[in-house]
Amino acid sequence: MTEAHCLPRARLQALFDRLGERGFRCIGPQVRDGAIVYDDLSDASALPVGIGTHQAPGRYRLEHYAHARCFAWSNGPQALKPLLFAPEEPLWQVTRGADGRVTFASIERPAQRRAVIGVRACDLAALTLHDAHFLGAAADPGYAARRAELFIVAVDCSHPADTCFCASTGDGPAVTGGADLTLTELDAGFLVRGLTDAGRSLMDALPLLPASSDDLRLAKAEIEHAATSQRRQLPGRNLRDVLFANLDHPRWDDVAERCLACGNCVAVCPTCFCYTEREDAALDGSHSTHLRLWDTCYSAEHSYLHGRLLRANTRTRYRQWLTHKLGGWHDQYGRSGCVGCGRCIAWCPTGIDITAEAAALCKPPAAETDT
Amino acid sequence: MTTPPKPPFADPAPHQRRPRLAVHKFSSCDGCQLALLNAGEGLLAVAAHFDIVHFAEAGVVDEAAEADIALVEGSISTPDERERIRAVREHSRWVIPIGACATAGGPQAHRNLAHAESWLASAYPQPEHVTALPTATAISAHVPVELELPGCPVSTAQVLTALTSLLAGASPRPEQDKVCLECKRRGQVCVLVAKGAPCLGPVTVTGCGALCPGLGRDCYGCYGPAENPEVATLARRFRDLGLDADAVARRFAYQNIGAAPFTQAVRDWRRPAVGHGDGDD
Repeated sequence: MTEAHCLPRARLQALFDRLGERGFRCIGPQVRDGAIVYDDLSDASALPVGIGTHQAPGRYRLEHYAHARCFAWSNGPQALKPLLFAPEEPLWQVTRGADGRVTFASIERPAQRRAVIGVRACDLAALTLHDAHFLGAAADPGYAARRAELFIVAVDCSHPADTCFCASTGDGPAVTGGADLTLTELDAGFLVRGLTDAGRSLMDALPLLPASSDDLRLAKAEIEHAATSQRRQLPGRNLRDVLFANLDHPRWDDVAERCLACGNCVAVCPTCFCYTEREDAALDGSHSTHLRLWDTCYSAEHSYLHGRLLRANTRTRYRQWLTHKLGGWHDQYGRSGCVGCGRCIAWCPTGIDITAEAAALCKPPAAETDT
Repeated sequence: MTTPPKPPFADPAPHQRRPRLAVHKFSSCDGCQLALLNAGEGLLAVAAHFDIVHFAEAGVVDEAAEADIALVEGSISTPDERERIRAVREHSRWVIPIGACATAGGPQAHRNLAHAESWLASAYPQPEHVTALPTATAISAHVPVELELPGCPVSTAQVLTALTSLLAGASPRPEQDKVCLECKRRGQVCVLVAKGAPCLGPVTVTGCGALCPGLGRDCYGCYGPAENPEVATLARRFRDLGLDADAVARRFAYQNIGAAPFTQAVRDWRRPAVGHGDGDD
């Protein structure tokens, strides 16, 4: 990591311009439909200036402030996941020739250099997990192509939401790696650090000033405050054994009374990667496109095996999600699948709190009633 | 989807001739037939691969024609329709109800929860001239069906996909995903969480492409309940969002009021029903 330098607030546009000159399509946070979402953004003034978020179980609202900061908010519903693990992606096409023979062809993907600005530490931790999943021995070609051309500008998180608990999972709020360039936002501007060769090269092209010791001290204090102000936490970093030892805990019935089995927690989770496949065929049988779509472990199809629905009810579907996320991932990827972003808490329509459920499930049933 | 569906055609030689397609109408607004007419190029492909033997909105009328596939629009709400659907069943190999009326009774099923005779008397000076059953019910309540395609109106794409599968000799795959999943795949912001809107997406089967939430509106369930619909849980959430009991009931009282999970929510929450759901949590 390079020494931090300061990018004055008025010169932030230079970051977008230099990325554009290098052939990157810039994607950044912006306000849309009452939330902060990531989409094409090449104008720094379109960032969420003066915007904050209030997040609680099952509730998300934007707040407006008089300040000039543009990253003084915690994560919205999505960030990197849909950009790399596409919600819907054609995998191959099959055509039937005049002689009746079928021919399979892969889908050509146009190369596209993309730079994402404003990525948080929790999402970088999730990215590391997705890389382990999608870039392993049988690498996913679509993910790999998009990943190879991705430039990441991360931002230290200074304003965690009430739903955040990245400090407890060890994944935030400070950016410690996984990005090309990282920013720390202060009132006057941004501390900039290069983390990769590409990041340092971009840094050399920015109109930077030396960082003062006051800037460094303020930045450190803000990040420390962002960590200590988090009130939620998981009861431990490895809950594998306790969860699998409690598959008949009465709390599963309790949470099933509140769970809609709608799968929103999965869809917003930056690490969930389940998918289903469909065929989009022409009526005349001349050709068909094979599609991959996001799925969730709350759908019937997810547990439909050999003519049998293995998980017919909400209790077993929620249990599948939580025990895989906080238990099974340790066997598969060497760590929990939770990075503490809190999205599943805020975006659950009924406000189910993964930290509260995990805490209750880790206690003996008799002591569970006071949660 | 716990039992394998019936194979598309029992006769192994249907391809000696073009399959015959009929589109029947029962109590309905014709909107589902119009959705088929709106298929554009898809309709041309259907006409090229099927013999359309009966489709009143398209000008082909032979209700008694034998058909390989009968798409059925509308609910059963008169004594005459009760007889007609049996005849359709007898001369059709695959019966596929399309749309909310045919799959759940449609808006006319509101009378199932009311006193139908008094409604008739309040609307018509001489109600004795109206011959109607006291209920409006789904096609499947009267005859066995092979597949149901819900929606108000039915999704043209879902009809074409089902016909494509049948033409290829494959079993059609019914859509089971909830609107929420489709909404998230499209990158739309949740209107329930971000606005407090009483959205039915968490209990409704998709097919619409999460259309209403994509326009900032709450889903009103026009495709009807999904599999494993946690309607009681969502109804309690609507109450917590500030809806009074009647308003909660009304959320489930649209085109799919006749679908059992939605009927139950209306019964539980509509005043003056006793025990409107408050006592169970």
